[in-house]
Amino acid sequence: MENFKNLLRTKKKTVISVIIGIAAFIICNILIKSGVLGRQGAGLLVPICINIMLAVSLNLIVGFLGELSLGHAGFMSVGAYAGCLFTIHANLPTVIEFPLALIIGGLTAAIFGVIIGLPALRLNGDYLAIVTLAFGEIIRSIINSLDFTGGAGGLKGINKFSNFNVAYIAAIITIVVIVNLVNSRHGRAITAIRDNIISAEAMGINVVFYKLISFVMAAFFAGAAGVLYGHHLAILKPGTFDFNKSIEILVIVVLGGMGSIPGSIIAAIIITLLPELLRDLSDYRMLIYSIALIVMMLSNSSPKFADFREKIASKFRRKTRKEAA
Amino acid sequence: MALLTVKNLGINFGGLKAVDDFSVNIEKGMLYGLIGPNGAGKTTVFNLLTGVYKPSTGTFRLDGELLNGKSPIEINRMGIARTFQNIRLFSNMSVLDNVKVGLHNHQTYNIFDGVFHTPKYVREEKAMDKEAEELLKVFDLDKEKDFRSFNLPYGKQRKLEIARALATKPKLLLLDEPAAGMNPNETEELMSTIRFVRDNFDMTILLIEHDMRLVGGICEEVTVLNFGTELAQGKTSEVLNDPRVITAYLGE
Repeated sequence: MENFKNLLRTKKKTVISVIIGIAAFIICNILIKSGVLGRQGAGLLVPICINIMLAVSLNLIVGFLGELSLGHAGFMSVGAYAGCLFTIHANLPTVIEFPLALIIGGLTAAIFGVIIGLPALRLNGDYLAIVTLAFGEIIRSIINSLDFTGGAGGLKGINKFSNFNVAYIAAIITIVVIVNLVNSRHGRAITAIRDNIISAEAMGINVVFYKLISFVMAAFFAGAAGVLYGHHLAILKPGTFDFNKSIEILVIVVLGGMGSIPGSIIAAIIITLLPELLRDLSDYRMLIYSIALIVMMLSNSSPKFADFREKIASKFRRKTRKEAA
Repeated sequence: MALLTVKNLGINFGGLKAVDDFSVNIEKGMLYGLIGPNGAGKTTVFNLLTGVYKPSTGTFRLDGELLNGKSPIEINRMGIARTFQNIRLFSNMSVLDNVKVGLHNHQTYNIFDGVFHTPKYVREEKAMDKEAEELLKVFDLDKEKDFRSFNLPYGKQRKLEIARALATKPKLLLLDEPAAGMNPNETEELMSTIRFVRDNFDMTILLIEHDMRLVGGICEEVTVLNFGTELAQGKTSEVLNDPRVITAYLGE
């Protein structure tokens, strides 16, 4: 018992995260089963999980490695097509086939991460951003012109394997892997490269290797998210994975705060829900969405808002302490 | 045999000979100074010794091993660590993490261990924390271990850079103007820190410095550079009184 208490004290953050994770899972399941969310609401849960995976993985590149990547949708599409083609042609029981498809999608995207990473990662900053942007566009054009991907008409006949439970587990795995990576010596090396590449090299950190690792990891989870996406919509069109999609993921990362995983998760939820909540406004939807984005970005970066947030947080903290006493 | 042997080292930038025909032998355990007026090529020598620049001529060896043309990463692993003239800490990381980055290459757990937090990860991280904290204690930084490093006062940032360099367990430590921007009290404290590092870590130290009180106080031997070439070399007290050296600093 004493041991257990000690464990609680030292691993307080981890324990709280696990509790939140399980609670969110149970609550969402209850909401789906009881029909409170409705069909439309329940249909949004999978895209939320997908966006969480995309944002958390991109955050590894943008927030922790400190490089701008504008080609995340490219990795997503590679994974999506690989995974969906696999489930279309393979004939295995779903329980084996779908997880296998997720892994295949992830690995294919990771291989592409290496292929573009090796030459591109000797660049940095703006140059790397442009190269990743070009990569995303090239992938899209290639998929558009190939036959076995269905071309511009899209890949049809994909089974609707994605459901909330699978997507949720995939998102949790993404979060755990990336958070653990960031807290290991490898993660510290990645963050050190962001903070000062010259002294990272002087400390004997293999800069190219760790840049590559970040890209491969991020690509893997983007690919897996793509597989979920394909099996959610049951159709894949190359047009979905354009530059706008990459920017949308980047917006989530920036809004949530670079280098903040909880931030990415919350922002992914907000950004996925916002357009749907604004659906009633029909014509003004995108206008209000854009304005909401600007307001959120401004308030997130302003020091006054940060003070305000801190004040609320400290009040809340005091309250819980009183309750505890 | 000397720990560091540099022979006729030189580098050209275009037509400019930034460093020309630089030679030095540094014995193990020595505190060696590299001085000279601004623009004399002192930092260029450091950049050559740490692999940032590749020498155009000459060779340098550490413990008999040829280091010419090696990358900064390899050179660090072979035992040369440095600090920077303009402080280059990992400014958004905690003080403890800065030192732990220095310990990076002495850990053996792989990415798989890191991602799944295997027992090997837990064991090595624990040992790493202990080692880093001990090192911070030496530099009186243990109370600030959770601070972000850019929040440290200037003098402590300098100390943290030295601690981080030592964490890579080098044979030779290069300090680039460690006393720059320090007041006399801080310099005094730094001098005893440098001596302490040499004695307790069994370290060989090569340092660049403008503060002659520091150089005269702790360096056993010095080399004076002027316009990329060696002006004088030898025992500190003799060199500092050499009329040519005084002329180089003060003019005719």
